[in-house]
Amino acid sequence: MNWTLALPEIVLAVIGLAILVFGVLRKQDNVLLCTMLAIGGFLVAGVLVLNGGQGVGFNGQFIADPFANFNKVLILLGASLAAILSLDFNEKQGIGRFEFPVLLLFATVGMMIMVSASNLMTLYLGLELQSLSLYVLAAFARDDLRSSEAGLKYFVLGGLASGLLLYGISLVYGFSGTMDFAKLASLLTSPEMASPGLIVGLVFVLVGLAFKVSAVPFHMWTPDVYEGAPTSVTAFFATAPKVAAMGLLLRVMSSPFGHLVTAWHSLIVMLAIGSMVLGAFAAIGQSNIKRLMAYSSIGHMGFALAGLSIGNADGVRGVLVYMAIYVVMTAGTFACIIAMRRQGRAVEQISDLAGLGSNDPFLAMLLAGFMFSLAGIPLMAGFFAKLYVLLAAVEGGSWSLAVVGVLSSVVGAFYYIRIIKVMYFDPPAGAFDQRAPSLSFVAGATGLFTVLFFLFPSPVVDAANFAAQSIFR
Amino acid sequence: MNAVNNVMGFPLLSLITWLPMAGVLILLTIRGDEKTVATNARWTALWTSLIVMVISLIIWVRFDRADAGFQFVEDVPWLAHYKVGYKMGVDGISVLFVLLSTVLTPLCILASWESIQTKVREFMISFLILETMMVGMFCALDFVVFYMFFEAVLIPMYLIIGIWGGPRRVYAAVKFFLFTLTGSVLMLLALLAMWLHAGTTDIPTLMHTSFPPGMQKWLFLAFFASFAVKVPMWPMHTWLPDAHVEAPTAGSVILAGVLLKMGAYGFARFSIPMLPDASAYFAPFIFTLSVVAVIYTSLVALAQEDMKKLIAYSSVAHMGVVTIGLFTFNEEGIQGGLFMMLSHGVVSAALFLIVGVIYDRIHTREIARYGGLADRMPCYAFAFMLFAMASVGLPGTAGFVGEFLVIVGAFKVNFWLAMLGGAGMILGAAYTLYLYRRVMFGRITRDDLRGIMDLSAREWAVFAPLIVLTMWMGVYPSSFTGFWDASVAAMVKQHTAALAESVKLAGVLH
Repeated sequence: MNWTLALPEIVLAVIGLAILVFGVLRKQDNVLLCTMLAIGGFLVAGVLVLNGGQGVGFNGQFIADPFANFNKVLILLGASLAAILSLDFNEKQGIGRFEFPVLLLFATVGMMIMVSASNLMTLYLGLELQSLSLYVLAAFARDDLRSSEAGLKYFVLGGLASGLLLYGISLVYGFSGTMDFAKLASLLTSPEMASPGLIVGLVFVLVGLAFKVSAVPFHMWTPDVYEGAPTSVTAFFATAPKVAAMGLLLRVMSSPFGHLVTAWHSLIVMLAIGSMVLGAFAAIGQSNIKRLMAYSSIGHMGFALAGLSIGNADGVRGVLVYMAIYVVMTAGTFACIIAMRRQGRAVEQISDLAGLGSNDPFLAMLLAGFMFSLAGIPLMAGFFAKLYVLLAAVEGGSWSLAVVGVLSSVVGAFYYIRIIKVMYFDPPAGAFDQRAPSLSFVAGATGLFTVLFFLFPSPVVDAANFAAQSIFR
Repeated sequence: MNAVNNVMGFPLLSLITWLPMAGVLILLTIRGDEKTVATNARWTALWTSLIVMVISLIIWVRFDRADAGFQFVEDVPWLAHYKVGYKMGVDGISVLFVLLSTVLTPLCILASWESIQTKVREFMISFLILETMMVGMFCALDFVVFYMFFEAVLIPMYLIIGIWGGPRRVYAAVKFFLFTLTGSVLMLLALLAMWLHAGTTDIPTLMHTSFPPGMQKWLFLAFFASFAVKVPMWPMHTWLPDAHVEAPTAGSVILAGVLLKMGAYGFARFSIPMLPDASAYFAPFIFTLSVVAVIYTSLVALAQEDMKKLIAYSSVAHMGVVTIGLFTFNEEGIQGGLFMMLSHGVVSAALFLIVGVIYDRIHTREIARYGGLADRMPCYAFAFMLFAMASVGLPGTAGFVGEFLVIVGAFKVNFWLAMLGGAGMILGAAYTLYLYRRVMFGRITRDDLRGIMDLSAREWAVFAPLIVLTMWMGVYPSSFTGFWDASVAAMVKQHTAALAESVKLAGVLH
């Protein structure tokens, strides 16, 4: 019972509870202080993750390994950026309440447990803690019809996915007699060892997790939730939970079911191709930038799934690098989207960006950088994300994935450069309001990373490599 | 490799590649009202590009012409895990294109001095970034580095066409971007396949790696998708007239002068040396497309009403001659192709600048709007005539040497190839002279043309170097061909040896 392995999670949970108590006892909301506490908690947790011990704890329920740590750092990064972005947005939208950082903290704890799970039960616990917090966050603007709708939609569909996942877990347990990842891995050493019932269970687990990463055909909730939820929440949705769900999927597919790769390979390939193609084509017709980002994230998740489908350490490394870069550039993009505010009102149509190149060259240059990066144009970080996944795909002989991947990224480039077109080529609309410094900070920092990643790619890639090796040991 | 040439270990190529970025940083910090910013931006960009040009001339002096290998080599580990290095170096084939890029950039900045009045700072930033990408691309000796520069060119060019272009600029910019990107990503896949096969992305190593013939064909097609769009070869050329017509003058100049060469350079650097069997296999296919390009686009050029469009189509025809030359696989043909690339880089760039001069004054490129300019603009008429003749390929000008060598090379392959490829010269004379007559001769019928001003001092400064280059290349081509004699000879020898090897292997198998 080595509870110190979970110290970062415990610290975050305690901070969450403390903020909750503090917030309830104080009469007026002190959002700034609560958020700062949460960000401080994230930082402390990050330090603890990096310096913490490694091993399996809680009777095999919980594992701390380089893979978990890599994902946890990304999750904490995404959560911190989202917390910073929420400061200004929530206040101006009139939804600045202390529950926001609390929910953020609990969701983060859930996500960290997800990537540290070494048992299907822990997996489910972490997933539910995350999901329940996210449902509430989606409906956080409770007086706003669209936000409530988004929360409800997410809840109903998420509940369905959880049910499928649980059903799958029960099948796996019933047909193998264990829920422990290590025992499953030692039982299922070749595809012949898996009974049909267990394969069915595996498929249900996969479906439940595919819902969380919003892979086609389980993506239906994404555009509506992205559009309806407050933008600060959407920024969070687009970053940390994606890392957690993808990390979970990577671990489950590689570790307990790693030897069944022939059984799940084609399923993941279908999910990947479907997501890449739909993400590319469906985004073309969007006029709302948050919806566009939803489809964009579907496409990106498809790319990451393509890396997963290779089923070896190179593929996992590719996915981890992809997620790291994806988190940063997405957070930056959302910082720019949150800065879209005219006469006190948040605007979110793509056409509202018209003439940003003249009105606000700094913001326009950053957003253009993020768009080129999301499109995967070289020198931007997004290119390297794609490069590592494609390299793994080609190495694994998955030419169909590689070709679909690059061609869908050309289609994707069309809508990304359309945003640049609107900003620079179209006649100017009215200027945006003065940006809050917090937004400039997030956009500037992530922008620097995105543009300068090519100079120092090694730290991220080496860390990802180390992490990927650890789940294939 | 040849560390002695590396000017005492000084990273000269990296310096000229990245120095424009220093200019970009300075540009970003300029403060003041719009007018001050514009003036300072122009001067900063001009000085940056001039300094880069002067430094790049060191290469001209210190390049060892007898050495067929790569010189000024720099090698720094970069993606160490994947054995990808940041490796730079030039050989006879690439060195002059580096210089072409660094010489054309200041001229372009000078040419946009007055014609770009909005967002001057952003324009200059785009242009300097473009210079970094172009120079880096020609210097790169690692395939991944090459690819990054090759594709990153899209970003500044997309902005240059889209922001400062003509009325249909958005359509042209998006078309340019998507056409080129589609080709590039397929090349990326070929790159990855070669990377995994050879275990390295080092270009000199890849040039001596033999790939299985079956694999070569796929790789060649993937490369072809990228380079043929960039060259552009018929029928992938349709983005070019749109891009040229809509781009601002400086954008057209760089597009015609350097960006089109990137495709042909890709053929010469990758397809032919690395994939000899597939190159030989697909050569008839390339010849067919090139001949169609030469004849068809020349005829199309005859029918154009817009000056820039006419020159754009003539570019497609001239680049068709280049691809014929490169795929003859003999020294004359390849030398001719390279020379043609260089001369076209100077001459077509000059022709776009020529169009830009009268466009700045009258704001139309419609040929029918002009006539009789020779009366009012004698100096302009002289410059125009010189470049038109060079474009036609008049002996004594830059255009002649390349076309002549290509035709000689093509004769060694096939009579009809030379015959049809040479037909381009006749058609070229037809459309160019027809253009010249309609614009320059005849009587002035329109009032606004009566008061038109001749070349200003700034414009002279732009044209003078190009005139000198055009004549120099025509009269004494050896000072240019001397750079690549050794490299081309090595390339042809290696190609012949590789083919002989494959034939021998095939003989053993049968």
